[in-house]
Amino acid sequence: MNLWLIPFFPLIGFFLNGLLGRRLSKPLVNLIAVGSVAASFVCVLVVLSKLWPIDNTYTEHYFTWIQSGFLQIGFDQMLDRLTAVMLLIVTGVGLIIHIYSIGYMAHEGGYYRFFSYLNLFMFFMLLLVLAANLLVVFVGWEGVGLCSYLLVGFYFREDWATNAGNKAFIVNRVGDFGFSLGIFLAVATFHTLDFGKMAAALQGMPAEVGFGALTLIALLLFVGATGKSAQIPLYVWLPDAMAGPTPVSALIHAATMVTAGVYMIARMSFLYNHAPAASEVVAVIGVATAVFAATIGLTQNDIKKVYAYSTISQLGYMFLGVGVGAYSTGIFHLMTHAFFKALLFLGAGSVIHGLGGEQDLRHMGGLRKAMPITFVTLLCGSLSISGFPGFAGFFSKDSILLAAYGHAPWMFWVGAITAGMTAFYVFRAFFLAFFGTYRGHHHPHESPAVMTLPLVVLALLATFGGFINIPEFLSRSYPLGYQENVGRMAISAGFGILGILLAYVMYVAKPALADTVKNAFGAVYTLIFNKYYIDEIYQAAIVKPLEGISRFVLWHGVDEGVIDFGMVNGMAHLVRGWGSLFRRMQSGSIRNYATWVLAGSLLVIFVLGLVGGGR
Amino acid sequence: MGHVPLSWYLILSVILFALGVAGFVYRKSVITVFLSIELMLNAVNLSFVAFSYQMHRIDGHIYSFFVMVVAAAEAAVGLAIILTIFKNRGTLQIDEVDSMKL
Amino acid sequence: MVDTVLFIICAIVAIVCGFNVVLQRHPISSALSLIGVMSSLAVLYLLLGAEFIAMAQMIVYGGAVMVLFTFVIMLLNAGTEKASSKSWFAQIAGLPLLLAFVGVLAFLIRAVLPPLAAVAFGSWVGGTAEHIGQLLFTTYLLPFEVISVLILIAILGAVALAQKEID
Repeated sequence: MNLWLIPFFPLIGFFLNGLLGRRLSKPLVNLIAVGSVAASFVCVLVVLSKLWPIDNTYTEHYFTWIQSGFLQIGFDQMLDRLTAVMLLIVTGVGLIIHIYSIGYMAHEGGYYRFFSYLNLFMFFMLLLVLAANLLVVFVGWEGVGLCSYLLVGFYFREDWATNAGNKAFIVNRVGDFGFSLGIFLAVATFHTLDFGKMAAALQGMPAEVGFGALTLIALLLFVGATGKSAQIPLYVWLPDAMAGPTPVSALIHAATMVTAGVYMIARMSFLYNHAPAASEVVAVIGVATAVFAATIGLTQNDIKKVYAYSTISQLGYMFLGVGVGAYSTGIFHLMTHAFFKALLFLGAGSVIHGLGGEQDLRHMGGLRKAMPITFVTLLCGSLSISGFPGFAGFFSKDSILLAAYGHAPWMFWVGAITAGMTAFYVFRAFFLAFFGTYRGHHHPHESPAVMTLPLVVLALLATFGGFINIPEFLSRSYPLGYQENVGRMAISAGFGILGILLAYVMYVAKPALADTVKNAFGAVYTLIFNKYYIDEIYQAAIVKPLEGISRFVLWHGVDEGVIDFGMVNGMAHLVRGWGSLFRRMQSGSIRNYATWVLAGSLLVIFVLGLVGGGR
Repeated sequence: MGHVPLSWYLILSVILFALGVAGFVYRKSVITVFLSIELMLNAVNLSFVAFSYQMHRIDGHIYSFFVMVVAAAEAAVGLAIILTIFKNRGTLQIDEVDSMKL
Repeated sequence: MVDTVLFIICAIVAIVCGFNVVLQRHPISSALSLIGVMSSLAVLYLLLGAEFIAMAQMIVYGGAVMVLFTFVIMLLNAGTEKASSKSWFAQIAGLPLLLAFVGVLAFLIRAVLPPLAAVAFGSWVGGTAEHIGQLLFTTYLLPFEVISVLILIAILGAVALAQKEID
């Protein structure tokens, strides 16, 4: 079957573009980059058609990677229905974004480098999705983090870009530390990291009560997920990561990489089913992040920052879904989110491209005549994310909220209010950009077809994608977990429509109302606008002390003091001291030498004669 | 009367050897140092012959013979070296020949 | 009886001459004293039944080596010594070490060694040239040949070191 071909093509693309791209012509670079992802996509379709209806898990074993004592880890890949969904999302949306990037990056420097990094990212993401054990997942996990760093810091000559790249990687690293600890604990508990074997070990066992090894593993893995998928407390890198080119934001920070955390929890569902305390933590953090990020998104002026906080918020929804045990709803929302969030980001990219790089909403306006296709597609995306009935987001968000209601009603209400806020800020951005009069200084124009065609495709998916019944598709391994209730669905849809109307009132009908509200809330507004000063708190409480320790304790203290001065110089002083002492013996005087010989021979005679002699 | 105990021969050998060492350590002329070396070698010869008598084996005599031959060869070469030192440095004081030092 | 007296006389002569070697100012006096030591040792060898060794001692040492020394002393016109302040370690530690050396060895000889035979002149006649020849040319043939090479090297070394420079 050759599952390895799926990640293999992007890897070849990475090498070809990376090593030779500088000398190749742009069309050839495009062909390699897009072609490799297209080949991957075709491979996925072929594999799925061969394995349809994918009732069993199909695994492929390539080689034994680690063999140490009881631990045997192979480089394995597996494919079941969950993998199939993820594969289609990653390769399909990835392909669309690659095609879009041809147009968006057409005038940027480092063209081939961008595509080689993007291909490398695809390789690692596919590796992560196809992995059959936690360690290969971790390889992909780290690899996508690396590619995120490379791509966020793509404009590496600018400080704000490299700082954002560093922040993304380092905060991810903190999460990865938790993930590693989780892996170690899993090895100690299960003596294996293979998903199938771990699931078989837990089958039939009762759920863990209280706080035990399983809960600890689940929580540590979730720490990694909070880093990768930008939840509280490790979400701070995602808004800064908007420093990268917009296709990067679309692919990595909306559709695929940030969803790795959700995927990991769904994959480890057997573990989370047996650790209800950890699942509870996941759900609570999910819903808290959702509402927290939504409040920040209400006030932002940069269109990409609005969508970034929206991503954090929607990821919170996904974690809410998997946290209450309804894994298929989380994956469903993952898919629809990939569609509409990629659409929103690409649309924002189209707007930015059409305005020559402008990203501030206050300098946009009235673009619906200049950029009609972007206008229509973004409308579809905004309606989808707001949960407007019939669109894709409506079905997936409602499935999550219904499942949450079944677990704890307060989560449903918080989620519904957040849905209202989501609709509000998304449409605030939409109205500010496309309605009213143009407040900027550029000549807005529509983007070329190579960019608008992907937008259309994604708009179709965002609109009608909800009818792909993922929970049904995954129901064999992941039971449904919610009851359909028209009343509650109406409530959540109602909140969404209310948000849209409020945004219309404040930004189209009565624009002055927005400023009045802002002044009325005064201090609260400032707090939220500055992201609750979380970045500043982290800087003061964590970064500065660490830097101080690094500089004074480790650098001046240990490295210069102990190692350089004490050990290296100290060794030299010691040797020199003893050397100068023993140098005195080499006086050149033969009589002294003779006396030493006499003393030595006396010692030998003494020892041999008195101690060992007499024989 | 009684015969001479062998230990007297050995003690005589020790005394002569000690005298040779004393001469080596305390005298400053190179020639005298060489003479002290010869004295040491003779003392050792006496020791060999004494033990050879003790064990009624003639191997001790053979060793003594070899020591003599080597002492002769060493005296020849050593005196040639002394001549060279005298030619180059003009002195026969052993303390003046101390340039091989750190 | 006679051998005891002879031993005591020769021992005293050897010790006195030994002291003389060490204590005399002029090297020529030391050399002559050394000849005295060697002669008395030759007699002692005879007392111990080592005929060949006694003869070899007189011929090689007394007749060749000491003559060589005397020649060199005359050649160099070596005078008396001057005092020196170098080698302070030798001057300070030399005597105590020597005394300790003698003491330890004396103790070893008297106390540690197994009981030794008494020496009676004529009680052992195995030290003739015939016996030495028998052992020298059979068991110790290799050292004998090597020794001859050694003498050759010594001759060459002495000639090379002491010859005049070719100008």
